Formats: sequence, structure tokens, C-alpha cells
Amino acid sequence: MRYSVWQLVKQGLRGHTGWPRMWRDPQPKSSYDVVIVGGGGHGLATAYYLAREHGIRNVAVLEKGWIGGGNVGRNTTIIRSNYLLGANLHFYEYAMKLWEGLERELNFNTMVSQRGVLNLFHSDAQRDAYARRGNAMRLAGVDAELLDVDGVRALVPMLDLDNARFPVLGGLLQPRGGTVRHDAVAWGYARAADALGVDIIQNCEVTGIRRDQGRVTGVDTTRGFMATPRVAAAVAGHTSRVADMAGLRLPVESHVLQAFVTEGVKPLLDTVMTFGAGHFYVSQSDKGGLVFGGDLDGYNSYAQRGNLPAMEDVMAGGMAVLPVMGRLRVLRQWGGVVDMTMDGSPIITCTDVPGFYLNGGWCYGGFKATPASGWCFAHTIARDEPHPLSAAFTIDRFHEGRLLDEKGVGPNPWIQ
Amino acid sequence: MSMVQPDRLESGGTIDRGRPLTVNFDGRPYPGYAGDTLASLLLANGVRLVGRSFKYHRPRGVLGAGAEEPNALVELGVGARREPNTRATLVEAVDGLVARSQNRFPSLRHDLLAVNGLAHRFLVAGFYYKTFMWPASFWESVYERQIRRAAGLGRAAAAPDPDRYEHVHAHADVVIAGAGAAGLQAALAAAAGGARVLLLEADRCPGGRLAWERASVNGRPAAHWVADTVSRLEGMDNVRILRRTTLTSVYDHGVTSALEQVAGDPAGSDPALPRQRLWIIRGRRLIVASGALERPLVFDDNDRPGVMLAAAVRSYVNRYAVAPGRSFLVATTGDDAYRTAFDLQDAGRTVVAVADARPHAGAMAEAARERGIRVVNDALPARALGRLQLRGVRLQNGNGAPLEELACDCLAVSGGFSPDLTLSTQMGERPVWSETLGCFLPPPTTDQPVEVVGAAAGVLELQAAFSGAVDAGARAAAAVGYPVPADMPPATAGSSAPSDAPALPVRCPGRGKAFVDFQNDVTADDVRLANQEGFASVEHLKRYTTLGMGTDQGKTSGVNGLLLLAREQGRPPEQVGTTRFRPPAVPVAVGAYAGHRTGRAFAPIRRTAMDGWHRRSGASFIEAGHWLRPSCYPRGDEDIAGATWREALAVRTGVGICDVSTLGKIDVMGPDAAEFLTRLYINGFRKLAVGRVRYGAMLRPDGHLLDDGTTSRFAEDHFVTTTTTANAARVLAHMEYHAQVAWPDLDVAVCSATEQWATMAVAGPRSRETLQLAFPDADLSDEALPFMGFLELDGGGFPLRVFRISFSGELAYEVSVPWGHGEPIWCRIMAAGAPFDITPYGTEALSVLRIEKGHPAGPELDGRTTAADIGLGEMFAKQKTGFVGRLLATRPGLADPHRPRLVGLRPVDPAGRLRGGAHLVADAKGCGIEDSQGWLSSVCHSPQVESWIALGFLADGARRTGEVLHAVFPLRGETVAVEVCSPCFVDPEGSRLRG
Amino acid sequence: MHRIDCPWCGLRDEAEFQYQGDASVAPPPLEGDIDEAMAAVYLRENPRGWHQEWWHHVAGCRQYVRVLRHTGSHEVAATGWPDSRLEPPA
Repeated sequence: MRYSVWQLVKQGLRGHTGWPRMWRDPQPKSSYDVVIVGGGGHGLATAYYLAREHGIRNVAVLEKGWIGGGNVGRNTTIIRSNYLLGANLHFYEYAMKLWEGLERELNFNTMVSQRGVLNLFHSDAQRDAYARRGNAMRLAGVDAELLDVDGVRALVPMLDLDNARFPVLGGLLQPRGGTVRHDAVAWGYARAADALGVDIIQNCEVTGIRRDQGRVTGVDTTRGFMATPRVAAAVAGHTSRVADMAGLRLPVESHVLQAFVTEGVKPLLDTVMTFGAGHFYVSQSDKGGLVFGGDLDGYNSYAQRGNLPAMEDVMAGGMAVLPVMGRLRVLRQWGGVVDMTMDGSPIITCTDVPGFYLNGGWCYGGFKATPASGWCFAHTIARDEPHPLSAAFTIDRFHEGRLLDEKGVGPNPWIQ
Repeated sequence: MSMVQPDRLESGGTIDRGRPLTVNFDGRPYPGYAGDTLASLLLANGVRLVGRSFKYHRPRGVLGAGAEEPNALVELGVGARREPNTRATLVEAVDGLVARSQNRFPSLRHDLLAVNGLAHRFLVAGFYYKTFMWPASFWESVYERQIRRAAGLGRAAAAPDPDRYEHVHAHADVVIAGAGAAGLQAALAAAAGGARVLLLEADRCPGGRLAWERASVNGRPAAHWVADTVSRLEGMDNVRILRRTTLTSVYDHGVTSALEQVAGDPAGSDPALPRQRLWIIRGRRLIVASGALERPLVFDDNDRPGVMLAAAVRSYVNRYAVAPGRSFLVATTGDDAYRTAFDLQDAGRTVVAVADARPHAGAMAEAARERGIRVVNDALPARALGRLQLRGVRLQNGNGAPLEELACDCLAVSGGFSPDLTLSTQMGERPVWSETLGCFLPPPTTDQPVEVVGAAAGVLELQAAFSGAVDAGARAAAAVGYPVPADMPPATAGSSAPSDAPALPVRCPGRGKAFVDFQNDVTADDVRLANQEGFASVEHLKRYTTLGMGTDQGKTSGVNGLLLLAREQGRPPEQVGTTRFRPPAVPVAVGAYAGHRTGRAFAPIRRTAMDGWHRRSGASFIEAGHWLRPSCYPRGDEDIAGATWREALAVRTGVGICDVSTLGKIDVMGPDAAEFLTRLYINGFRKLAVGRVRYGAMLRPDGHLLDDGTTSRFAEDHFVTTTTTANAARVLAHMEYHAQVAWPDLDVAVCSATEQWATMAVAGPRSRETLQLAFPDADLSDEALPFMGFLELDGGGFPLRVFRISFSGELAYEVSVPWGHGEPIWCRIMAAGAPFDITPYGTEALSVLRIEKGHPAGPELDGRTTAADIGLGEMFAKQKTGFVGRLLATRPGLADPHRPRLVGLRPVDPAGRLRGGAHLVADAKGCGIEDSQGWLSSVCHSPQVESWIALGFLADGARRTGEVLHAVFPLRGETVAVEVCSPCFVDPEGSRLRG
Repeated sequence: MHRIDCPWCGLRDEAEFQYQGDASVAPPPLEGDIDEAMAAVYLRENPRGWHQEWWHHVAGCRQYVRVLRHTGSHEVAATGWPDSRLEPPA
């Protein structure tokens, strides 16, 4: 069924009893051309583009819980392409372009809101570093503006510029950056992939990857064996565990990243803002809650919950720049498990195991990448070779020393 | 003031009628008493309409009496103290309190956005995912703006929060959340053997329901038992009771946090007190006694003002002496609500009937009939009548057949009780469904440091709660090593009839709007629709419909929602499960978590030993990590550029002095110190002579540069290394790792000395003369103190170190003295340098001087560069033995000779303005990121060169000296032609520094 | 909030420590096999389960403490000196 305002009226007059399921609940088949492990944003997007762009429709997406239950539903919903390094810039900008047309592509309103992403800087050296980044963006055809302190004040009147421990000198703004309704991304891709014939199978955990003479032959799951020549893992947070089933050891650690939301209030903040000196970033959701986060808790963890010290730091960071937050109440605190790679950039690649493809290592940047990740991963699976946009996101880059280290902190994921 | 409170009872309650007060709600004054909440006070005054719902702007009244309240949210206070979304049920009334209803325009009674309610037919769950897509350009420009404008309920304050928040750290053997019947009893048992007990109660009065329930304990009114028990506990040294303190969050390793609303003034206007305290509690055992939550019934128009939870109605009657109506109907699925009917009747109010969902009359129904209260069995509400105020209820039987219509202005509903699971499941445990109790219970906690007692564990019967609490309290104390007294009888609850099993609350038959989540306007139809569309998981339900995502955190809606979903799916509730409970259990202000860390107190400030002198001398300061350093010392109306120029020039032509105490200093000691350093740095230290200094650079294990600095050898087994200011902590940790973990066989110890030594650079052609005057006894001749040498002098009872090293390229020294002598020595040098017009210089001039000399600093050591990139390729290649990072630095990507390497750049037109962050391209026209061959990392306006100059990185670097490129800065639309040159702009032969 | 039992100082808050990663990998060699260095610097077991790790007591004794901690439950089974052998609970 095609969604539209007319459809809404039509169904409304019939008491909404006519809306069909957004995706089927199929029984697993005995074999598939491609099995995607992980029904999150990346896995579902991959399935959609496999079917849409490459005509591969005999595809299963296996989800151990409920689709969208991983990081696509646990992030702070920010999209941006304000990167420094060429490979990242091109890739994330392609994601941005896909975001911009996503509701028409999927016939599902994911509420892409391009309200701008602002990074504050506090010193001349930081300004120069942001200028280098902003200039790289502009050279790559990405929008970027360097704001002075008055420009920042105009954009975020609530910002406390008078009493700051780290005075704000200005900011780098990407006007096209913004937010997306995160859950809707999973549902929109799921619905569109399902319509093209993809089987989305929930409550189905992969327990093993079978190989014959090195080649992948199928997956064992809690709902039985499925034969397939191609297994594609998109299980952010748990990449190491699934890769281990294929006998791979990765430059990845799993860490917990917290996020927070306050009670809803009337419009207060009209942009996405990051405060680097305080490790704090914030936006206001369409429901009115301030959604914000900060650094990793800083230790290996698979628990989807965080602890108090990281939380206190984030709150202090918020109060340092937006002291009007003081009386707003935190409604929920939650944690997502993120794959931290050793250079902070992702992995989309064929592997040494024929028929096993890997998409992971998104650190805390996975959500904004979702459409491009699915696009490139689908290409990688269909053609058995990397897409030019993700060609740098290999595991080999570590052996080659061609790292994509945006922050320059080296192989210490807990301080990235 | 003698205003009438029409619904205040003549007598009773725990309010203090001797202390009248007035609050202001929506601009009107209302009288009440100390002991009231804002909600009880408004109800006493006959105010029923207090808020509007989020989506449909439906009129709403008070539903509950505590933290579960979804409807009665107000903006509390004014100005910078305005606090949105505050539950009127939790606000203690104080004289002069100002509150305002929210999410309505222009007024609460006449809300224009109630038009949303008319379109409710189309505004079902998730409607926005299906529309607003055409035309495409309208999404950003029209639809989204409208959606965002409608966001939120209350308004945040428009100014920084003026109040203070404190953090308090506490330790306890047994932490007990909730001082109701079970919590008090557990505290007695836990404390009896001496364990340190911390008992937290969210309310201002301990006792929970027993503080106001008409029940008896140990043969006396329950409130007496509460008072006795509290005074017993407060008489014990090992017990502490915190009132107005809610345990909200359970973290790892026994750590919990709680929020204390500081007594007296919820508006927080007493400057002597913090508004709130965040308690961070390290406990060994946790007992959860946080009670249970009553569930509403789901029927058509069940949100009308006047529909209230039955136990809440009873608490208003008994605790606040408020009867929120004249004529009451009670609708229930269980026994507890009968007590509401009885108490109302005893308070002189009319009870029209009790509608009991169960088909057969039980003991409570008999008791009701004996009192003359009519009981209708197999009866459920079908629809609430009225709009801004309930005026009647239509009843039906369980099959939906209409019964009768009863006029009433308050409907007390009870759909059963759900244990409060918010604390017992925060660590991720799954609750279990109890078919007999009709609710989810906390998971079994055998062997866990957490116990759950009383209603929070599903034990609603008082005697059982007492007994369980005694056991749990004793067990908790015993588990942490305290003896359990042999004889510890539980309190004896007054006789009560055995409870009949409750009926399971489901959707009462109907076709209208039956609300599950009041605040977010999620209806039973929305739940059905979500399931119909495939949102079969309870987490999907929550996310698709927003059920349970309001400020009440689903306290009244969560269980009803999942029971409805279970019914839709024909599955038992345990298969549907609950959503995961996450901290905090009640919303907590951001300010409370931040504590004192606001504004300038966000991070500590580190100041050097000479900070006072800098301030007195008019320095401008700049942040360097947590340090504050002088950036320059403007004179008169000089601007920063002018001061920088003057200071840098003074160093080149006379003498300057700069505070460099913030550089990291690390003592490396032990017989293997030289070997240790040789393994850490890309250059060797084995042969460094005592009394000599060497520049060195170190790599991360992955082969990229970590840091650079000088190392001085004080003895065969004693070196002092310096680090950059930014990397001091990281280098120390790096050294400690290698000393303790990687090479435990090396006999070496490292210790930070950054804050033990104050250090000042004295630089310029007149620096030797200056120091000679300052320290006349020292031999500072080239022979005694050559370049890269140092001396240890006696500063007059303290050591004084003089290093002959240079960052500026001039004849220069660094003088180090114990921290406390920093300022006197600085002043002595200033005095000695006066004949040469010695000039203090800050980080700006320091930066100019080092850029002129081509010395790399932070922008060049950005974590992505290699030794060869900054011109240390030869040094890297020369060392014979292995060092940290060498192996991985040989990877092709790092060893690539075409990598961007450090170069100098100057504008072809001397007037050209260079900017850091510009990219280097061959042809500025139509260039893309692929055309970028490098970037400008550090720039300055050089007084020496008399133009802008830059350090930068350029592919193939030094081999391209003399080439002309373009520095493009698209952010400003600038392009400047630049010539590649040596990064050393001043004295490339180094003759000056050898003086 | 983690509470780490430092063998020098006793039970201390997480905030006093800087986590320093996987302690099951040996420090990379200074010379010799580059693959060995690659594995030590980059590759991780990353288990969901018991994990040997370093917690550097930066705001205390500044010793590296070896900690055996569960990455799912955050439970700490044992702590010790850098060279100690910590065994997971049976």
C-alpha cells in the first residue's frame, strides 16, 4: 500500500482497520541467495539496496530480537557529513544525499530535519583544525560555514558565552546536517525491502556460520539451518562475535556509549550542537526533549547501560554551555554497544573467507551512515568487490598503514 | 484571608490547619494549608481542570497522588526558576508559590489547539510516517516547522538556572529504597545487628500508605506504629533516614544514586540551601521497598477531569482532608478500592455505587452492602460523560451490554496494582508475570545483592509484607557480616478480610477514545493499530505509539499497554514482556547531575607558580588544557596582535621571559633509565653525558608521533624529560605502562614533576647577561654551559637548574626552581633584565618564535603524523636498536615518501594573508578535495620576515622548495599564492642560539 | 559505577582509574616480526564474557592493575599485579 495523506484520510474514515502489516512475518526458507545477519538500520538498508539496485531479492535479514532494536534505535539521531579525510567525506556526503531523498525513495517519512550541525571551537588552534576540515568539506562539495562568536550566538541564543570555562571563539556549521527519526529508518527500509520480496525474520539468532573448504555454505540459527553462499554481517556492537563464527579476529572493541533525553519542552534549541571541550552534544527532538550524549564510558562492554561517572561528565558539559538545562529533567538514560575500531573509521569489506562480508566498526558514527552503508555493502556483496565509496574501509588498511584516523588518537578506542 | 475551600473536609488529614497559605495558579490565588501538595490544594478548591494533553490537547485533571501523575503537569515558578512539566502531586505547597498550566493557548479552558482533537480520527499512532511527503519541498518549509512548534509541554526557563546543586557521597551496608511499611520493617531488622542502614523516602513523611491509611498495626492506629518506628530508627547511631529523597538509579557494583529535594522550598529561593542534592551511595546490599502503582481502567473518555485512581482519592481524603468531588462512583477490578468507598462515606460524601468488574460479590462487597453502599457486580465503565468536568458514567457489563448511567463528579478507578519495577530491573533483569496476582513481579533475587520487599515485590497484604521485610532485612545484614538478632518479630497488622483475586484489567468494551497513555494520548485503538501493522514487540509498540515515553515514564500506562497488546496477539503477557526499565526511576534535573560543575567551575583551573605576577602585570590568559597561560601582556591600548609583535621582536633583539611551567616534566630514575628511554624514544640516550640535554621524539606503538621534548641527564641513573603541555598526562601513562607492564625487568621508576618545578624561558641575545646579573656567582660562559647543556646551582637554599636550550632559536635558557620559588626567581630575573628592557612574553609570541624557527608543536603533532613527516626521518633511521612504534612505522602507508611533509610557506605577495586550515592546491580554479596536496597547520605574522608565514604539510614536501602553489580557503572564498620554502625562516644556520 | 579493588590502595571508584584496554595481549615487540606487532596493537578477542584488562590507577598509586571483569555484567572477579594470573570463576 502506498502511503499518502489521501490514504490516511481513506483509512481514517474506515477506522484504520485497513492498514496492512508494514512487513511480513515469514517462515524461514531453506535457502537464500544472501543472508544478512542483523536487522538494524544497516542490515535492512543493505537488503533494500540488494533488491532494488542489484535485483537480488531472495534475501533473508535475520534479527535475533526485534528489528531496529540495536543501535539504530539507541542513538542521538544526528546526521552530518562534516569529516576531514577524503574517504570519509565522500562516503558520508553520499549518505547525506540519500537521506535527502529518503522519504520519497521509501514512501515513508523518516522526518529528515536539516536544522544544521554546529561544532564549537575554543582556541585558535582548534579554529585552524576546524577550518582545515571545513575547507576540505567545501572542496569536496559539502556545505560548511565558519562562524564567529556572533554567528554562534545568533544560532544558539541560549548558549552561555559570558560565564564559560572554555570561551567560545566560533563554530563550524554544516547547515545540511540535522536529525532523523531513528526508529523510522529501520521501519522504512524494512517495509520497502519486504515489498521487494526480502524476508525479514525476527527472533532468529545466528549461532554458527558453516563453511566448506573455506567457502561459506550457510548459517545455523535458532530457527534452523539456512543454506546460502553469501553471509553478510551488519551487527554493530557484536561484530567481533559474528566474525568469530567465520574465524576472523578484528581490530575492534565493543564499548558502551550513553545517551540521555529530557522531558519535552517547547522549542528551545534549533540546531544540533557539539561542545568539544566538554564532550557534549545536543539537539531537541520533534517531541521537545533534549537528546544529548558525550563520551564513551570508556571500558569494554556489551551491557546496554552506562554508569554514573560518564553521565555526570555529560551533564556538566551541558551545564557548562547551556545552563538553561539546569531545571530540565532527565527522563531516560540508556546505552548502546558500539564497535570501536582502532582508527575510529568503519569497515565495509569482503573478507579472506569467501562468501563472508563484513559491515561494522561504526564507532559512534553508524546512524548517519545508514543509507550509504547499505548502498555500498549491497554493492560489495552483489559484485564481490568494494564499492568505490567504501574502498578505503577495509581491514587491510591497518596492515597497510593507511589509517583513517579523524581524531588522531591512535589505537586506543576507549579515548576516542 | 478567609477564602472558602469548597472540597476541604471539616476535620482530619495531616495538614496543618494552623498554617494557612496561598498559592497562585494561572493567575488566581487559592488558599490551602501547610502539608498540602499543589494538587491537593487545587482539588480542595474545586479546581478540576489542570492541564492539557500532548497531542489532542484534551482537558485533563489530577489522576494520581504521586510520581505516577501523567496529567497534572504545571510550570512551577517564574523567570529563571521556571520549571516545566512539574507534577502538581509532588509539589509541596508553600505560601506564594506560583504555578501555571501548560500546553494550551490562549487559556486552559479555551485551548485553540484542541482542534487537534477534532482531527483525532486521522492523527492515529504513527500517522506522520505516512504523510507530509508531498510536495517534497513542503516537508522542511512547512510541515516540519509546524510539528516542531507543537513540540513539548511546558516552557523551559529562558535564563541560566540560578540555583545550586550538591553532590553528597554516602556509604552504607544496607540501602533501603522506600520507608513505607516494608521499608521501615526491613530497616529495623537490618539495623538491629549494627549494620549501617540508609533509608530513603521520597515523601516528606515516612510511612507510605500507613501514614494515612485507616488501618491498625500492633493494635493501634498504623500512623502511631510509623511514628514509633521512625523514632526508634532515628535513635540508632547506625541508621540514617533521608526524607524527600528518591532512589532513582541502580548502577554497577552496589552504587546507587538518589535525588533529595531540599526541604522547605520547592521553588528554591533560599540562597543558603541547594535546591537539590544528588546522593551517590556506595552500598553493599540494596532492599527495594518502593511500593506498587495503581493501574487505571481503559474505557471511552477515561481521561475526563474527575476520573482518578482509587487509592489516590483515598489519600486525598485521609491525608489532605480533601474530597475531590461531591458524588463518587468507584469502579474496580479488585478489593482495595472498596476502602476508598468506605473512607469517602465516612467523610460524609455520597458514594453512588461500587462497580466491581468481577461477576461475584466477595467479602468486601458484603461489607459495602452492610454499610449501605450499592455494589454492582460484573460492571465496568463504558464511557465517562462531561468534558471539562466529569458529570456521569455509563456502565456496562463485561460483555459490553449497557447497564445504567450514573451521575457523579468523581470516578475512582482501580485496575489492580503493579509492583514498581523501576529499581529492581534497571540492571537488565527481566520481570516475571504472575497470573495469580495479575501483574509483573521483579525477577527472583536469590544470591543477588538486591532484595525486593512489600508491594514492590507484589506482596500487597500487610502482614505478609511485614514478615517478608523482617526476613529480607536480616538476610541483607547477615550477608555483609552483621549478626541477626534471634528474636525479631514482625509487626502485627490489624485484621483484614482475605483479598479476592482481582479481575484482569483489559480494554472495557467500547468504540471511542480510550486512553492507555494519558500524557502522550495513546489510545487502545493505537495499540491495536500498531499490532495490526506488525509492531508486535512491546519495544516496537512503545516506539511506534510513544506509549510510556512521557514524563510519567509509563508508570500508569506501561502494564495496561502490554496487556492490551497481549490480548491483541492472543498471547500470555509473559511472552509479550515489558520494555526495559532504565534509570532514573523518576526524572532528575540535569543540574542535579552536574552538581557544582557549572559555568567556570565546569573544569578545574590549573595555575602556575607565577600566575599572580602575570595577573598583576595585565596578562591576557588562554586555556591550555586545564592550565591558564598568559597569551600576551598588552600595554596600554595595544591589541593582541600588537603585543605579540612587540614581545616576539623583543626576544629577537633583546631579551624576553616566558612562563613555560606547564610543560610536562618527568623524572626517570634507576640503573636502567638510559635503556628505558632509548626504547621509548626514536633516538638513543645511552650515550648522553651527564650534564647534557638532548631533543627527542617518541612514537605511539602504532608508529605515529606521540610527543617530543628535551631530556636532560642529571646522573647515570637520573634523567628529567619534558613533554608538551597537552601530552603530559598521556606520556606519563605511556612511560608507566612500559615501566610496569612491558619491561618489568628494567630497574626504572618514573614520576611526574610538572608541579614540582616552576620553569621560565629566558630568551634573546641579552639573555646570558640578564641571567649573569640575576645569578652573579654562576659561570654561564659557553665553556661552562654550552648549548644543550645545563647547570645545577644553589638558588639560596634550594636547587636552581639552568638549561641552555632554545625553542625560539635565540640564545636562550630555561630556569627551573622548586614551585614555591617560581615567582621570586621570576622577579629576580625581571629585575636583572631591566637594563635590557626584558619583556615578558606569552604563548602568542612563543608561537610566532617557534613558527619562525620551524619547530613543530600541537598542530603538527596531530596524531596522524610520522617522525619523517616533521623532518625527523634521519633521526628515526639512525637508531640501531628497536624502539616503541618502529616496526609499525615501516608499514607502506607510514613509510610512503610521498606523504605530506613539513614545509615552510610564504605568500608570494608579501601583503598576502595566510590562514591556518587552508589547503594547498596547484590550481585554485575548480579544485576538489582530490586536488588538495596539503594544508597550512600553523600561521603567524612574522616580525622577522615582515609578512605572514606558515608551517604546513605538502605531499613530497621539502623536495618542492621554490614551487608556487595556492593556499585556498573556501570557507572565506580566499586564495593566496604561496611559495614553498624551508620551515626555518630565521637563522637557518643556528648561529644565534649558539650565541 | 565500577568499584575496582586496587592491590595497593584497596577498593576505589572507577573515576580514579583510566581504563587501558585488553591485558590479554602482550606488549608489541620492539623488533622482529611486524605481524606480531600488528596483532598486539590492533587485534582483539573482544569477548562477551570474562576479560583481562588494565585499569591504571591514575588518581591513586599510578600502578597498572590487572582486572578480570565480565563485559556483559561488569562483575569484577579478581584484580592483581600486572604479572598476576587471574582465573575466571568456575
